[in-house]
Amino acid sequence: MDALISPLLNGTALGALLLLAALGLTLTFGQMGVINMAHGEFIMAGAFIAYLTQTVVASSNVSILLALPLAFIGAGLLGLLLEIGIIQWMYRRPLDTLLVTVGVALILQQVALQIFPAQGVPVEAPDWLSGQIDVFGYAWPLRQVFTIVLAALCLVSLAVWLKYSSFGRRIRATVQNRDLAETSGIRTRNIDRITFFVGSGLAGVAGVAASLIGGTNSQMGTQYIIPAFLVVVAGGVGQIKGTVLAAWALGIALSFFAEWTTGSMAQVLAFVLLVVFLQFRPQGLFTVRTRGLT
Amino acid sequence: MLAIPALATAAVLVLAGCGSRAGDTAEADAGTAAAGSCIDTSGDTIKLGFLNSLTGGMAISEQTVSNVLHMAADEINADGGILGKQIEYIQEDGATDWPTFAEKTEKLLTQDCVAAIFGGWTSSSRKAVKPVVEENNGLFFYPVQYEGLESSPNIYYTGATTNQQIIPAMDYLAAQGVKTLFLAGSDYVFPRTANAIIKLYAAELGIEIVGEEYVPLDKDDWTTQVSKIVAADPDFVFNTINGSSNVGFIKAYYDAGLTPETTPIISVSIAEEEAPAMGHEVTGNYASWNYFQSLETPNNPGFIERWQAYPDSSGVTSDPMEAAYISLYLYKALAEAAGSFEVDDINAAAAEGGITVDAPEGVVTLDGENHHISKPGNIGRINADNQFDIVWSSDGFIEPDPYLEGYDWFPADVRDALVAAAG
Amino acid sequence: MTRLKPWLPVIGIAVFAVLLLVVAPAVLSMHWLNNLGKYCCWAIAAVGIGLAWGRGGMLVLGQGVFFGLGAYAMAMHLTLESTAPGSLPVFMILYDPLASLPAFWEPFRSDAFTLAAIVLLPVIVAGVLGYALFKRRIKGAYFAILSQALAVALAVLISSTIRETGGDTGLSDFKYFFGFVLNDDANKVMVFMIAASLLILCLLAVWQLNRSRFGELLVATRDAEERVRFLGYDPANIKLVAYVVAALMASIAGALFVPIVGIITPAEIGASASILMIAGVALGGRASLFGPALGAMAIGWGQSSLGSSWPDGWVYILGLVFILVTLFLPMGLSSLFGKAKGLLWRSRGTPPDALDEPAPVLEPVGDGVTK
Repeated sequence: MDALISPLLNGTALGALLLLAALGLTLTFGQMGVINMAHGEFIMAGAFIAYLTQTVVASSNVSILLALPLAFIGAGLLGLLLEIGIIQWMYRRPLDTLLVTVGVALILQQVALQIFPAQGVPVEAPDWLSGQIDVFGYAWPLRQVFTIVLAALCLVSLAVWLKYSSFGRRIRATVQNRDLAETSGIRTRNIDRITFFVGSGLAGVAGVAASLIGGTNSQMGTQYIIPAFLVVVAGGVGQIKGTVLAAWALGIALSFFAEWTTGSMAQVLAFVLLVVFLQFRPQGLFTVRTRGLT
Repeated sequence: MLAIPALATAAVLVLAGCGSRAGDTAEADAGTAAAGSCIDTSGDTIKLGFLNSLTGGMAISEQTVSNVLHMAADEINADGGILGKQIEYIQEDGATDWPTFAEKTEKLLTQDCVAAIFGGWTSSSRKAVKPVVEENNGLFFYPVQYEGLESSPNIYYTGATTNQQIIPAMDYLAAQGVKTLFLAGSDYVFPRTANAIIKLYAAELGIEIVGEEYVPLDKDDWTTQVSKIVAADPDFVFNTINGSSNVGFIKAYYDAGLTPETTPIISVSIAEEEAPAMGHEVTGNYASWNYFQSLETPNNPGFIERWQAYPDSSGVTSDPMEAAYISLYLYKALAEAAGSFEVDDINAAAAEGGITVDAPEGVVTLDGENHHISKPGNIGRINADNQFDIVWSSDGFIEPDPYLEGYDWFPADVRDALVAAAG
Repeated sequence: MTRLKPWLPVIGIAVFAVLLLVVAPAVLSMHWLNNLGKYCCWAIAAVGIGLAWGRGGMLVLGQGVFFGLGAYAMAMHLTLESTAPGSLPVFMILYDPLASLPAFWEPFRSDAFTLAAIVLLPVIVAGVLGYALFKRRIKGAYFAILSQALAVALAVLISSTIRETGGDTGLSDFKYFFGFVLNDDANKVMVFMIAASLLILCLLAVWQLNRSRFGELLVATRDAEERVRFLGYDPANIKLVAYVVAALMASIAGALFVPIVGIITPAEIGASASILMIAGVALGGRASLFGPALGAMAIGWGQSSLGSSWPDGWVYILGLVFILVTLFLPMGLSSLFGKAKGLLWRSRGTPPDALDEPAPVLEPVGDGVTK
């Protein structure tokens, strides 16, 4: 029983972290078509903001809660800067955004290495997250539960915001038909900026979660970027429900493979499995039909 | 179609210019053809190469080693240099890329004509450098504890070999009455080899290995593996994880409710530099090293003071940086004993024996045969300041034994095969 | 003058050949000649990327896979050649001295099998993979991300099979290259000559492909895949050929990298190495003939020289190369040359390498006919 329960729960928490990392991409990649390879470094920025918050507000019980909105804003502003400085000139060349942002990622990593101690910085988990709850005899770490709750909160807010707010309507209108949206009086440039801000901000939130799980250092972003993109692609681009399902499936797969084989083999198997899956469903789990020209 | 004749010419050139082949009588000469040293000793400076990863993933560890090498060079220069010559160092970036380590080694030896190279961190970087220094008959000083089972006339090892770090750690565990042990490591050559040795010795000591897990070097997620530790409930965890992956491991360990009271960890890669990034969650666990900042030796306070005053200081001292500091002084001692900067003279001086360095960890002696140094074994327990309280020390210094010749549980056929392969 | 124009690339290749094969060995020190050989390897891979990406529009982010296939095939052969008969490679003894050589190593004892593997392995893998991807009409960002994921998967696989492949440390310490002693300057020059000659051959091959009907179809597929389909061609087959050729070139590059550099590790084939291969192509000009090769060599040179004198600076420069080139010179430095040439020749019409990338932003994958 325990051999099933623990990878299932660990995998769900890992999936939640992957979802947090990928959620921003469903906006910037899914809605706007920008392949932002610096998304991992926005996650890193969020983690460093969690650390900086802690240096100001010493109590980790409070600082982690403060860090969430601050990381959202901080990473969001970085994203906004990227959009205004570079991306806005590149919407007609989606593949090239990948190359540009690889450059941005390299620079951000090196900046972080030079600003912060090379070994990385500690982000202390709050007391209310130390401890476990009992699930069928398995002591499930509270921090994993926190990741899941955080991912769920972000997911629901994003979905509600996209579906019911006027911003969300305008974003969807812009994505579906930019010219028509423009004609209807939507300032599509503003919409682009807001979408990019929110998408990058979500990476910041993911960074706070990541800082509680692993090291906070200049290299931390690199391990999230490829799984996050795979999750978005496998889920069906622009499809939040697909992203959720894909993130969860990848988390579960990684945990079970790690349970049965080794941590390294789990990576290999999960990636290969995803590529094979996409052979059969190249459009991902769910499809969106846009008016984009082919 | 000028290219066709050009290619044809090239083909002729290629065939005409063939060098020696396997089995040729010239082969024996070819091996030493490149050995002519170009070390320039005419001026009043001597060039040394420092080779550390200043960019990429390993920069988090190696930057400090580079900085402490600079400090040692400054100290030696202020003190009159080596054989009256000021050190002129050339810093190269290994960029966390093993082929780059090989390329830069070749550059330092053949272009810059340095007298010796200092640096490297991962075993992979050392293994990339090894053939190049051997081929060019250069010198390489390696400052990090490693998996042993290696020796080279062109490499000096100032970090611990297995019998100076891992075996003392196992002895300590056995003395504590440990019966079950779980092995957690990064997926590369040091943890794999170290664990192979640990398993052999554990069988000898009657300690049962209840699990063995590896995670890629750059991955932080240890949750599944820690669940296995919880399920296996070992008396101790032997940690050979390297780099920032340690942070993920310690966090997962702490989150799963494991504590130093129930399931303590003994690490061989967490030192004063690494511990702060893990905050209080690592407190109470153990590490096996030769040097700790808390070591009470005559030279240590001065070393700490000078380092903390150094402009690029990280504030704390640790074993690998101390070993790097020793490596430059060891080279100074060797060159002065040899009265020369030539590699063969230095190796001859080493072989004569009696080379010592008055290091922060104590007076270390070079073994002229295997090019390792004697070291004290120490086990420390991490306290709330992320410093180490020393809980166990070896009786005197431990002589280096990279091939574990003094341990009969180590299979002789492995030793023989490795020694034969090393030539 | 106009009669000469179609032959300009050949003259260029010839000049390049003379520079590499005659001038370079004469003037460069052994160290820099060896480095130049390494850049030639990256250039060979880059020429293939230029074909697949510049001409074919496939952003091949995972060329490390094929580079790795060639490199490890060669490295296994050289390791066996450097190991005394009857004994195991050193890294294997470390774990289990009594184990036998893994079965998949055995055939690499043979010279012929190794050479065949270097050519056939990438062709088979790229053929199967490309067929599956292109028939399913996977393209654009999806193709890029998937190919990158495969490069990561292969690198992790090699890292984690330390007993069989040497893991993260890779394979190194090669003594012989098909019977030639590697530690001999004459033989090092020979290996360099082989790499340089193969680079010239690859350039000639791509030049020939670009001139051919296939080359025209490839550019047409890049610019308007649907129209090519409506004309009765299957774009999947056209892309497949370009992808397989690019894979073959990457494999050859990897195979030559091994004797020149003397070590191969999973890091050389993973995600960042694959992206670095792209950097040179973008810098030089993805769709031009010389751009990818020269760009790759420039990046290699930058890494060796600037990376030495100013390591932090080199990372920033590399980052800026990605940003500035993509922003301002999407067709690379060679487009500057192209513009100048255009003025000079006053040629009418747009040459295929000056075309901007087509407009679509969001394409429904695998659903290309939704309008």
